[in-house]
Amino acid sequence: MSDLMEFDLSRVSVRELNRYLHADLPGSGVDRVRISNPNGLHSLAVGLDCEVEIEIAGHAGYFIAGMNKLANVTVEGNVGWSVGENMMSGEVIVRGHASESAGASARGGLLVIDGNASSRCGISLKGGRVVVAGDVGHFSAFMAQAGTMVVCGNAGANLGDSLYEAVLYVGGAIDSLGADAREEPLEASDVELLKGLLGEAGVEANAENFRRVASSRSLYHWNSEAHQEY
Amino acid sequence: MCGIVGLLIRRPELRESLGELAVPMLDCMGDRGPDSAGLAVFDQQAGVAGLGFSLYWHDGVPDWDAVLEHHREAFGEIGDVTLDANGDNALLRSPAVASAVVGWLSDHWRCVDLLSVGQSIRLFKDKGHPREIAARYRFESLTGSHLVGHTRMATESMVSPAHAHPFTAGEDFCLVHNGSLSNPNSVRRRLQRRGIKFETDNDTEAGCRYLEWRMREGDSLEEAIESSFAELDGFFTFLMATAEKMVLVRDAFACKPAVVAETDDYVAVASEFRALAHLPGVAQADVYEPAPKVIHSWSVVEAGAPQTTAVVS
Repeated sequence: MSDLMEFDLSRVSVRELNRYLHADLPGSGVDRVRISNPNGLHSLAVGLDCEVEIEIAGHAGYFIAGMNKLANVTVEGNVGWSVGENMMSGEVIVRGHASESAGASARGGLLVIDGNASSRCGISLKGGRVVVAGDVGHFSAFMAQAGTMVVCGNAGANLGDSLYEAVLYVGGAIDSLGADAREEPLEASDVELLKGLLGEAGVEANAENFRRVASSRSLYHWNSEAHQEY
Repeated sequence: MCGIVGLLIRRPELRESLGELAVPMLDCMGDRGPDSAGLAVFDQQAGVAGLGFSLYWHDGVPDWDAVLEHHREAFGEIGDVTLDANGDNALLRSPAVASAVVGWLSDHWRCVDLLSVGQSIRLFKDKGHPREIAARYRFESLTGSHLVGHTRMATESMVSPAHAHPFTAGEDFCLVHNGSLSNPNSVRRRLQRRGIKFETDNDTEAGCRYLEWRMREGDSLEEAIESSFAELDGFFTFLMATAEKMVLVRDAFACKPAVVAETDDYVAVASEFRALAHLPGVAQADVYEPAPKVIHSWSVVEAGAPQTTAVVS
């Protein structure tokens, strides 16, 4: 049985919606919330901390499902900047495109983008998993520390600049690698991981056809001889 | 922060609704820029002689009749001269030579700022919340083929009507800008050495006059923008308009936002999608974000022509 609650954002404010999701929803028995007329509004379904299915019916704005914990949030449209930023767990699915900084600093959980993500996707990733069915823009996975980013399409310039221990997989072309990022051989364990992650994300792609990008770890320590040339 | 908006009409019947469609865009982007706002509207009117001069009365209660009367005294009977007053803003249309009108204004009408010159352009800008400015000048009644607007949150120079966007240079050209330039002073000094005059210390004015200077030197607007990638340092989403087109570009880092929504009826641009959410048919529109350094150019066509063109270079 599914208990559904509906919010029409042409009638109620974002603040009222988020107050309900934080204060009234946990323990109420409602396990599905449908949000209509998002109309590009910001900060919808942020800071969730319980198991619930959230559906956002349309294009949404910035910071959607930021800091998400446990909840599954699906956006049936595009999102603006920083979707799923600092996510802790749960799942955020974008059926359209995502603007900049998708999944920024995510510590856990799974972010799936069916379309393209713009620049700085997965910036400072800290353990979360990001799957993009389309392309990502420039400076994606900048300073990503832990976690996994899968890009089925092409990656823009400076992919993985100043990368730490996050691992990136790209199915298409890479415009350029950032400082300290390098391509590494795709091992059987990578293919297994990719198969599992693509399956979980519901994204179709041949796991054998990806390239693995990780840190060459040459920037981990200050090098006084480098003369700022990396 | 700052917000930008632009709207170019593709279905000629919608030209009557240009202002009505644009006011909610400007109002919404007031969240990104509440201190001042402006808008340049382009309305090509066949058979109208002379250039239009957008004027802003910045000191006291406007006496536009006196301006019109004095224009007649100063220039004599030279044909149709009209003045369309709208509060502190007015559009003077005069067949006199542009430089003569500019000189006459600066010699005799110090209480009046010249905001724009051109066949098609009319420019408004003022201090206050964009919503108040839209109401003050009845933007909802504006008609025309396209407009660009700006909501300002000042970061690098003072809040005044003169520092608000759009900025113009030359005729029928304007620029709105979200971002900040880091070398406006050197750009300004270089242009000043070529005899180009500035009205403010604003960074966007430097960018605007740079582009207009390149066009006077023979560049197309697109070529001028290409050269600006090397000459203008900083962050920008630039939205520009001439009588013929609307042009959008983001710098190489593209950290200042822009969203485009295209339908058969219009091309709409804003800093955020929520400013476009009210537009008719936007749910079915082609909605996208311009990539860094990609120049998007949409042409205006005359009523009755089949379609506008979009050029991406």
